[in-house]
Formats: sequence, C-alpha cells, structure tokens
Amino acid sequence: MIPEVVRVAATRRETADTWTLELEPPPGEDTWAYRPGQFNMLYAFGIGEVPISISGSARQGATLLHTVRAVGAVSSALTRLKRGDSVGVRGPFGSAWPVEEAAGSDVLIAAGGLGFAPVRPALYALLARRERYGKLILLYGSRRPEEILYRREIEALRRRLDVDIDVTVDHATGTWHGHVGVVTSLIRRVAFDPEHTVAMLCGPEVMMRFTVAALRDAGVTRENVYLSMERNMKCALGHCGHCQYGSDFVCKDGPVLRYDRIRERLAVREV
Amino acid sequence: MEGLERIIREHQFFRDLDPKFVALVVGCAKNVRFEAGEYLFREGGEADQFYLIRHGRVALEMVSPSGGAVTFQTLGEGDLVGLSWFVPPYRWAYDARALELVRAVSLDAVCLRRKLDDDHDLGYEVMQRFVPVLIDRLQGTRLQMLDVYGAAKK
Amino acid sequence: MSGTESSQARWTVERGDLQHLLDALRDAGYQTIGPTLRDGAIVYDALERVEDLPAGWTDRQDGGSYRLERRADQALFGYAVGPQAWKRFLHPPRMSLWRARRAGAGFRVEASADEAPRYAFLGVRACELHAIAIQDRVLLGDRYTDPAYRARREGAFIVALNCSLAGGTCFCVSMKTGPRAESGFDLALSEILDGQNHLFVVECGSERGAKLLAQVPCREAGAEELAAAEAVVARTAASMGRELQAEGLAELLLRNLEHPRWDEVAGRCLTCANCTMVCPTCFCTSVEDLTDLSGDSAERVRRWDSCFTMEFSHLHGGSVRASAKSRYRQWMTHKLATWVDQFGSSGCVGCGRCITWCPVGIDLTEEARAIRQSDGVKRGKDHGRT
Repeated sequence: MIPEVVRVAATRRETADTWTLELEPPPGEDTWAYRPGQFNMLYAFGIGEVPISISGSARQGATLLHTVRAVGAVSSALTRLKRGDSVGVRGPFGSAWPVEEAAGSDVLIAAGGLGFAPVRPALYALLARRERYGKLILLYGSRRPEEILYRREIEALRRRLDVDIDVTVDHATGTWHGHVGVVTSLIRRVAFDPEHTVAMLCGPEVMMRFTVAALRDAGVTRENVYLSMERNMKCALGHCGHCQYGSDFVCKDGPVLRYDRIRERLAVREV
Repeated sequence: MEGLERIIREHQFFRDLDPKFVALVVGCAKNVRFEAGEYLFREGGEADQFYLIRHGRVALEMVSPSGGAVTFQTLGEGDLVGLSWFVPPYRWAYDARALELVRAVSLDAVCLRRKLDDDHDLGYEVMQRFVPVLIDRLQGTRLQMLDVYGAAKK
Repeated sequence: MSGTESSQARWTVERGDLQHLLDALRDAGYQTIGPTLRDGAIVYDALERVEDLPAGWTDRQDGGSYRLERRADQALFGYAVGPQAWKRFLHPPRMSLWRARRAGAGFRVEASADEAPRYAFLGVRACELHAIAIQDRVLLGDRYTDPAYRARREGAFIVALNCSLAGGTCFCVSMKTGPRAESGFDLALSEILDGQNHLFVVECGSERGAKLLAQVPCREAGAEELAAAEAVVARTAASMGRELQAEGLAELLLRNLEHPRWDEVAGRCLTCANCTMVCPTCFCTSVEDLTDLSGDSAERVRRWDSCFTMEFSHLHGGSVRASAKSRYRQWMTHKLATWVDQFGSSGCVGCGRCITWCPVGIDLTEEARAIRQSDGVKRGKDHGRT
C-alpha cells in the first residue's frame, strides 16, 4: 500500500512542542472517511512514517486534523510542515471508539496529556447526537497548564450545559486556579451511574491503568471500559509484527481495545 | 447543635459513623467559612484543627525553590484538609488556601485527640477513615512525580 | 498414464530419470530451487542438474550444533533441514516497496516494480509445507494481503519430499506437521534406496503436478515400492529428535507469563535473533526510508526484522520490551500461544531449526517442559510449594 500525497491546508500550534495539521482530502475527493479512534500513517518526505491518531475533521469533514507532538525525527518533520506542503497518508486504520454501542448510557471520557487528541473525534461524535446519551463527562489531566491541549475548545465546551468537564494538572504553574492533582482524583467528584456508564480512556498506559482501577472501584463494568493502546508500528497492515500486544495487533485489533480483553496483559510488564 | 450533627453525619469522611460516635465528634466541631484567598492554615503552624470541606475549593501550596508558591494539590467538597493534626509534632507541613468561598466544618484537634485516646473504638473508626485518605494522597503524589505526560526523554 | 489428482495413484521414477523432472521444470519456465551444499550446510539455492544435489551427505543436528557427514550410500535427500527454509524466496529478505520524487512544491509516490520469479521448489519437507501454509494465512488470509508474497506464492511449483530420516532437533510428529507430506504440493517424492534399487515413489498433488510428471519417464508404483515408501515415513516418525507436548500449550504459557523460567532462559539468551532468521514461519519485517544525496528522491525498503531487537518495540523514547527476558518471552509465547488466537494454528511446525541454530542451544521444547512441570510458580516463591 503506497501513501497518498495530500496538501497541508493549515497548521496550528497547540503547545510548545505540539502542532495540529489540517489536511486537504486527496485529489478528486471531497471529504475524509474515518471513524473516531482510527489513525493514519503520515509520511514526511525522505524521513519516514509514523502513526498519528485522527484528532477530528474541519470544514464539514472536508479537512482532516492530526495533532502531532515533536518527539523524533519524523514527528518533528511533520510539525515543521507549512500550509501548501505535502505529506503522505496511508489509512485510516484500526478500531473505533464505541460511539454507537454507548447509546443509552452515560459516557465518561478520561484523557491524559496528548491522549486527548485520539478521543476528541469521539467527543464530537457524541455531541453530534447528544440526545442519544445520558450524562457526558470529560475528565482531562495534563502535566502543566500550558500543556493543556485544545484549551479554547475546552472553554467553549464548558459554556455548554450538557457536558461536565473537569480539567486537572499534575504541576501547577503561574496563575492556574484550577484543579491540581492526578486525573483519577476527578472521578469521585463527578456524578455518574457506574452500571450504565461507558468509559473511553486515552493517555499514557500508567495513567490508564490507574484510571481503570478507579472506575472499577466506582462500579463501572469491565465490558464498558475502552482503552486506546499504543505500540511501535511500521506497516499498519498486520504484517510486520511490530505492534503486537499479546494476541492483538494494535494496528488492526486496536488501537481501541475493550478492557476485559486486555485486562490480564495490562498487569504484566513488558508485554 | 442538631444541624452540625446532621452535617457531620452526612459528610463523606464520617459516612456510616455510629451515632454515638457522631455525638462525640460533634462536641469538637463548629461551622467555619473562608473567603477567597484566606489561609486555612500555614506551614509551620500548630495543627490544632482540621477541616471537612462542605463547599468550595482549597489549594495546598508549598514554597518552591524559586520563591513562589506552588500548588501541588487542590481539594474540594467532601475532602479532608489537614493531615498533620493526627501525628506529633502536630505541625502543618504546607499552606492551605481557599481558592473561592469555602464553607467547612472545623474540628478541634486537641479536643478530638483527647476523645480518641479515651475511647479507642472511636479512635479505630477515625483511623479507618483517615488512613485511606493518606494512601490516596500518597499514591496521587507518586503519580504526579512520575510525570507521565512528559515528552519522551531521548 | 493419466493426469489424475487421485491420492491413490502412485508412480515410480528411477533415480536415473530424475534429471527429466528438472528439465521439465526448466522447460515449463520455472527457476528450480533445491538443496545444495554450501558453506558446510545444506542450503536451498538454484539448481539445474541432479548432480547439484548433496548426494551422499547427511546432517547431525543438536542444540547449537550442525555438522554435515558423509553417508555410506548416495541418497540424494538423505538429510533433514538446513538453516533456511523457503521463506527467503516467498517473503524476500529485502525489497523496495515504493519510490517518491519531489515534484514542484510536493512529491509523487510510485510503487516499485516487482518482478516475481516463477519458482519450483524441489525437496519441500512436510514441516515446510505447513510453514508455507501458515505464512499464507498470515500474509494472504486477512484484510490486507501482501502482493509480493502472493505473486511468488501463486507461481510456485512445489515438489515435496517425504523425509527419510528425522533430524536431531525435529519434532514434527508432536506438532502434527509431518513427516508425511499430506497436502499443499504439486508432486511429492519418497526416496527409496536399498540394495540394488534407487528410485522415487511419486504422488501427484495437483493437476499441474500430474501434467509435469507426464513428461518424466515413470511407471505405476508396485506394491513393494509403496510399502517401502510407507516404511520410510514410519521409520522417520519413530525417530524424532525432540518432543513437544502441544496439548494445552497455549493456555499454559499465557497463564505463566511471570514464571521464573523466563528469567532463567534470559540468562542464556543472547537475543542474537538467529532463531527468528531460521524459523520458517517468522514473518516480521521493518522498513527503511532512504534518500539520495540530492534529497529529491526517496525510497521505502522493506526488510526482515526480529522481535529480539531493542528497536522492535521502541515507543516514546524507550523499548516496551527492554529486557532479554521480555523479548524471549515474546518470541516463544507468540510462536506457541498468541499465534493460535491470531491465525488459528500454532506458529511452530517442529522443524527444530531454532534449536540447532541457537548459539547457546536454547531448546523451546525444553523450556515448555520446564514451565509445564512447574505450572503456576511465580517469581519470589519457592518452587514446588503450593
């Protein structure tokens, strides 16, 4: 499978090391088709390819959003792209958040750090059909106030009356007056019906493990908790073997995996 | 007094406490409020009372090496503020400051400690509620220290 | 003689007429690959003449040891398997996937041309037939298929060989993958060499196998020849070098992920990746992105990779599997356990290569046995206590 070459429509700096790329659809197409939770392999010419979650779409689906943090050669090259530059895209790949399955339940989204990006499309999908869901809760933990992703959007969401949003940071700086403390500490502050709640978690593995524990303590069932997992990826087709996580290939069985399926693996180190 | 008894009975910290113990606790309790910016206690001060928050948020702060105050945790409704009242030397290790209007139940630590000494069953009940808070704070602090959202170090 | 797919019909080809088979394959446009002697080992390589086969040679294999020895006779296939199987021909160790070129403000990508050769494999063992079937499942049996593998696989003509001896590290009987070649071949040979006879009993496995055999001098196999062929297989089956208890093995390994045996084998394993290189079912690859000095053109190349490398599981500035223990455990649990969940069968065909070619002779049948004998033991607890 070879990359499709598309143009960068716009870029936006989110934090000191994180940018969102807005991509035009391939020539001859009007929109991007994807499901919340899926990812694309993005190719920076001459440097390489990395898996980046789709973090939303803009202009009624006409452009696709990818939030990239500069941590290596390829991701750094992607964050240096400008409007009009070209990027290679393969995808979309992977499993999706249970937006349909959650209809009729309360939904609790717990995101940590850059983990907000892969789950944002789910949030928007839920908001697009808000009447189908009970309570909608977003808990977001970040390292510092200046690393909070999509801050203006969060503030806009706060003005809605039908979403409960709680944001916390690990380390407070400057004039932060919000919560300080781990994201798990937000769980007991928010009212939800644990037996009828679907939880969607995305963030560093250790954060997800502790969040699952807190949700389970609160009574959320194993079959209703979903995690977005991450592993090294090369082909995204299930052929190179790199992304294996126990029996699952994160590129095709994941990245969104249900907790009861991976529960035993999560407890073992270096799997 | 009756209002205070109900408040204590309904507060998360004392949930399901036997009524005879509630009566003992009430004897050491009173309603208090703090305006935004007011300190509940300061580092180094004598830990002779502690607080059960009924409304509002409190920032726990310490002075950082660069001089400014750093908030390492925020607490709110249902939380216990102040841990050092329980162990000698009964001295506060950090500042607690109201971020907004805070209404709380203040408990006289000297009074309560005496009652815990006199009645070990009450002591055990309080201990059973106190230790989980400690563990929760400790574990939260560890996770914060792990800096899990930090960018990868090469 | 009719071209029949009946499994009843067997034919006899004299050793002296075997060259006709090779000629027929060549004339049909195949590039024949078969066992040859090179660098002190039996290596699958291009061959055209029967004389290129390692006649009169055999191998002695054990953990970490492979030696060739002369036989007393001139059997053409009197050895077990060499270091590599047919994987390197069907799933090339290195190949270009696509090329990109700058164009204006952007760039263009074009798939690399792939001239897939038409191979005929001569001497494919039963375990290797299973290995090929397993790789078919991995690379062709899911949502995305591998076009390079498909092109080579569909063109390949397979002449199987029923083993006349079991290697020192073989355990195909345990894995139910041999020694008899059951399916997946165009022709299957059994070499009979006794006293004055040196011939091959041939079974047709497909229409094109029968068509090809029609160009080789042969006669219907007699009862004695058929019996001799059976005896060969039976003898091989009875002399396996190793044994693996496959019953419940996947569950056993997956419930013992914290077993102290993993630490023990980690003390021996060099993470050299030999086992993955010689294993006929290992399929992992990686990609390299290359540019030229001008920076105007780029290429993506795919190459074999191994889960034993540190880079394999690289994530967020570190490896998910940093310890040797976790990498050995990953390989063995994938091969014998999670493979079943992924692809519906074990990933192991019992060829024994990983045992033979491990520099320190780690034997996965022994590792599995050790874990089975102390099923449920956790690190930090005493062995043997409940």
